[in-house]
Amino acid sequence: MTKTDKSERRFTNIIFISGLSIIVLLLAIFSTLLIASIPSIKTFGISFFISKHWDPSLEKFGALPFLYGTLITSIIALFISIPFSIAISIFLGEYFREGFISNFLRSSTEVLAGIPSVIYGLWGLFLLMPITRFIQTSLGTTPYGVGIFTASLILAIMIIPFSASIGREVISLIPADLKEAAYSLGATRFEVIKNIIIPYARSGIIAGILLAFGRAIGETMAVTMLIGNSNFLPKSIFSPANTMASIIANEFAESTGITASSLIYIGLVLFLVTMLVNIAGTYIIKKISLEASKEVT
Amino acid sequence: MNTAENIAENIEDANMHKIIPFPSSLRIHEDKTLRNNSPVGYRIFKDKLFKCLVIILSILSFLPLLLVLFHITKNGISVINWGFLTELPLPIGEKGGGVFNSIIGSLILIILSSIISIPLGISAGIYLAEKNKGRIANIINLCIVVLQGTPSIVIGIITYIWVVAPLGGFSALSGGIALSIMMLPVIIKSTEETLKLIPYHLKEASLALGVPYYKTILKVILPTGLSGILTGILLSVARITGETAPLLFTAFGNQFLNYNILKPIDSLPYRIFYYAMSPYPEWHTFAWGASFILVMIVLSFNLIARGISAKWKVQF
Repeated sequence: MTKTDKSERRFTNIIFISGLSIIVLLLAIFSTLLIASIPSIKTFGISFFISKHWDPSLEKFGALPFLYGTLITSIIALFISIPFSIAISIFLGEYFREGFISNFLRSSTEVLAGIPSVIYGLWGLFLLMPITRFIQTSLGTTPYGVGIFTASLILAIMIIPFSASIGREVISLIPADLKEAAYSLGATRFEVIKNIIIPYARSGIIAGILLAFGRAIGETMAVTMLIGNSNFLPKSIFSPANTMASIIANEFAESTGITASSLIYIGLVLFLVTMLVNIAGTYIIKKISLEASKEVT
Repeated sequence: MNTAENIAENIEDANMHKIIPFPSSLRIHEDKTLRNNSPVGYRIFKDKLFKCLVIILSILSFLPLLLVLFHITKNGISVINWGFLTELPLPIGEKGGGVFNSIIGSLILIILSSIISIPLGISAGIYLAEKNKGRIANIINLCIVVLQGTPSIVIGIITYIWVVAPLGGFSALSGGIALSIMMLPVIIKSTEETLKLIPYHLKEASLALGVPYYKTILKVILPTGLSGILTGILLSVARITGETAPLLFTAFGNQFLNYNILKPIDSLPYRIFYYAMSPYPEWHTFAWGASFILVMIVLSFNLIARGISAKWKVQF
């Protein structure tokens, strides 16, 4: 074997091993979470997701308040963000496809999407909180300021650029001849958008919303700062609560034994849910772009 | 073989390909459009109304993003001075002090995580670009999707179990490892995408000259794709510079200056979180100042990355 052959083999081995290490890393993450949460799984089993009592001093743990908090904040955030992100998708994907405005808005959304979540949290703490407090006093409820409503608002602001950029990409993939055919029949632009673009891009828009949902579930810092850190089942959308991510952020550093194990159990659930959502969303988008590339040829 | 039938088939085939497949989801709407009997003026009005609505909603959704930037600049810039950048934090009640330790801490964390993730990320990216047909490559791609979507707080837990617990305490090293896990998917994906775009004849030319495969990759393909890979690295650094969640129980935070990577270390995002959640108004202004610095760092990483990919693009 010559020297070159040896180096050749070494190179191939190195890139193969580093590729493989990604699979190993993911398997290791999953098995570590699973093993570390076994004490909690054994003690609480399935009732972990039904019980609403989270009491570290009595060592009784139920994750229902956090599951509920995560779902409700993410869903409210999604509903707030959907009209806006679809509007931006249409704005950038159809009305202003090229030119200065489009380029400027597109790159500024991308850059602004990179603002760290802790800064959104800080901004929400000093600007959204007084607004919520004002709404609460005028409604006559306790003016906490923090809570599900404030957290959902900041989440919505944070996921709009994300789902809008996916929506824009899907809309710009629509074959021009479909739209032109509709125009040639005398359709107005609104009719083209309503009857061609939205139905055609529907699955892509849904995938974008799905991926945004995955991001909203896992979002930690901004939510932790604004949700009010309460371990009870929330009574209204203004009351303080906790999400799965925020309870981990708040309590994991000081926890030991069964408390830590229960928090890791929540982490495991979070990991599995985001995994499913991300795989589904990515699969849909891949399918769409494959179909689009087939239709062009 | 009767050729006439073949030709007929071929013609049919060719015609089949010309027809644009009309998605079944659109057929329901066909009838409605055809039966649209409303007067033209009303339809044009609806069209205009919709355009206005889209533009208004788009502008509205930009508003909060611009407001965030505006408030950070307004509240942050007045706090920034030389002392803020070069002094250590002081206890509450004393005037002055700064965030020097956090800036240094963030730098150390970035360097640590880059050292771990860049070599691994680039070589995994080469593997994916070169062997992208295989089954293992498919599995790796799936893993990258999952890894990219994994919540940062979960990565914090993992690093706590893997590094902090065995070492017996919070450390800069564990923070670097947590951040490097977050960097990996971005670097791998950008390396793969860049290398796939490089035309095949470059590689063929090099191989035809008798250059061994590994030298072709390292000396021809990688340098050609350098700008794309660099963009990916900068974007991933921009992503982790602002991460707080994985640092909460790994690097932890430290109000003193620390260069030892086995001791807890401060970082800008952690300091912002700590100051923002404190009850003292003086510390809140410090949080705005630190936010301004952090946003400037993150935005400049992003802009440099954009500049590199625009200016330094290899023309084929």
